[in-house]
Amino acid sequence: MRWLTPLAVAGGLAAAAGLLLSGSPALGADPQALASGCSGCHTSSDTLTTAIPKIRGLPEAAIAEALRAYRAGKRPATVMDRIAKGFTDEEITQLAAYFSRQK
Amino acid sequence: MGHTRRQFLALAAAVCAGPALPRLAAAQSPARVVVVGGGFAGATCARFLHRADARIALTLVEPNPTFTACPFSNAVVAGLRDIRDQRFGYQALSAESIKVVQAAATGIDPPGRQVHLAGGASLPYDRLVLAPGIDLRWEAIPGYDEAAAEKMPHAWKAGEQTLLLRRQLEAMADGGVVVMAVPANPYRCPPGPYERASLIAHYLKTHKPRSKVLVLDAKDTFSKQRLFTDAWGQLYPGLLEWVSLSQGGKVISVDPGTNTVSTDFEQHKAAVVNVIPPQRAGRIAELAGVADRTGWCPINPVSFESQLQPNIHVIGDAAIAGAMPKSAFAANAQAKICAAAVATLLRGGTPADPVLVNTCYSLVAPDYGISVAGVYRPKGGQLTDVEGAGGTSPPQAPPQTRALEAQYAEAWFRTITNEVFG
Repeated sequence: MRWLTPLAVAGGLAAAAGLLLSGSPALGADPQALASGCSGCHTSSDTLTTAIPKIRGLPEAAIAEALRAYRAGKRPATVMDRIAKGFTDEEITQLAAYFSRQK
Repeated sequence: MGHTRRQFLALAAAVCAGPALPRLAAAQSPARVVVVGGGFAGATCARFLHRADARIALTLVEPNPTFTACPFSNAVVAGLRDIRDQRFGYQALSAESIKVVQAAATGIDPPGRQVHLAGGASLPYDRLVLAPGIDLRWEAIPGYDEAAAEKMPHAWKAGEQTLLLRRQLEAMADGGVVVMAVPANPYRCPPGPYERASLIAHYLKTHKPRSKVLVLDAKDTFSKQRLFTDAWGQLYPGLLEWVSLSQGGKVISVDPGTNTVSTDFEQHKAAVVNVIPPQRAGRIAELAGVADRTGWCPINPVSFESQLQPNIHVIGDAAIAGAMPKSAFAANAQAKICAAAVATLLRGGTPADPVLVNTCYSLVAPDYGISVAGVYRPKGGQLTDVEGAGGTSPPQAPPQTRALEAQYAEAWFRTITNEVFG
């Protein structure tokens, strides 16, 4: 039997408290689940290269700016303008943070 | 020793939320998840469940040793692509310690939480994911049964049927008529029949220019209709004719003996007949009791759990996913959300409302791609289109845009198959 470290317990409690504070399970969607819609086209593979650009590891501000420009119809697009319009400002912030941290 | 995360999550849940307490006992042994069906939905779900929690004991049940993908199989039909580029193995899943069982699931026991396999073995589960794809409704069109499909291929499940249709086109003399029968909604890949008609017309234009493809349709409108019809007028004048339901397009019977297709008004004797018959969820869905009277499976739009049987989730073409079409892209997107939801449920949590995306590319010609996209959220118990988002490629666009979308179609296929099978 392995004992939990005090840090893990504290982290667990903080996470649980966060859940309680957020109230509804619909709030604070998992960024990874949110981002899962993107990886159908934007590969996270090291070895694969396609005509569709990779987004992981790009600067957070650049991703957010691009998505907001697509959403506003101010950036040339084939399909990203149509897709970006489905996401809220907060979700765009989450997506940009998530992909910028993927190595 | 990867057991501490589950324990501390269980502890945190136990401290802060009473109802999660019963999960504590269940958390002692690894959860068992069985996924039935190794297509885009099932294989994706297995991989993402493993990523969500590597301790889950995962089994993927699939009778075929390799998967043959439907997207781009119309290019195989039209002689533009090799069928080998459609085939994918399960080695990468096995390497991630997903147990791949090559067998057919023959029955489900929902109260006993068991999957029965051909050969007599059974697999117990805590949660089951069904991704059985489609079954064809034989005899829904009188005369069209499994034997007829050997003469008049459906080619709506990729593989030998795809190659059969290709060989028939290749063997046809110039001047022949190719008849396609297209069903009413819902069916797998809404724009697929029109992509197929386009690429067959491309083949005829290139190799047999005195021939023609006649599309007999059981509906009056279809996916990306304006884009397709504009492109047909431009690329395939005289080579492709579409007959809508109200023009008498619905096929009411076929005769494989004479290669004849009948509508209410006419009989068409054709050189090649491609019948895309009405469909329903794969048979195991009905055996599990998760299919309703429509033949498809109603689901909770947050977790993809069946509305008819607890602890069974349904994803991909078999599911009634509201506004989401039955596409490989949608199957893959649903599978990832379902995997996250199942992992959350197994540790006693509540899945969050998801956002799902779909993009369907179609090729009208090798260098002419068009797309339809959508973004979906649960609303009123259904996955609903986010208003203002999604839609089709613009009706007026320069050739460079169409060429770029053709490239993106190929890029999407390589990306998704790499994510699922690579």
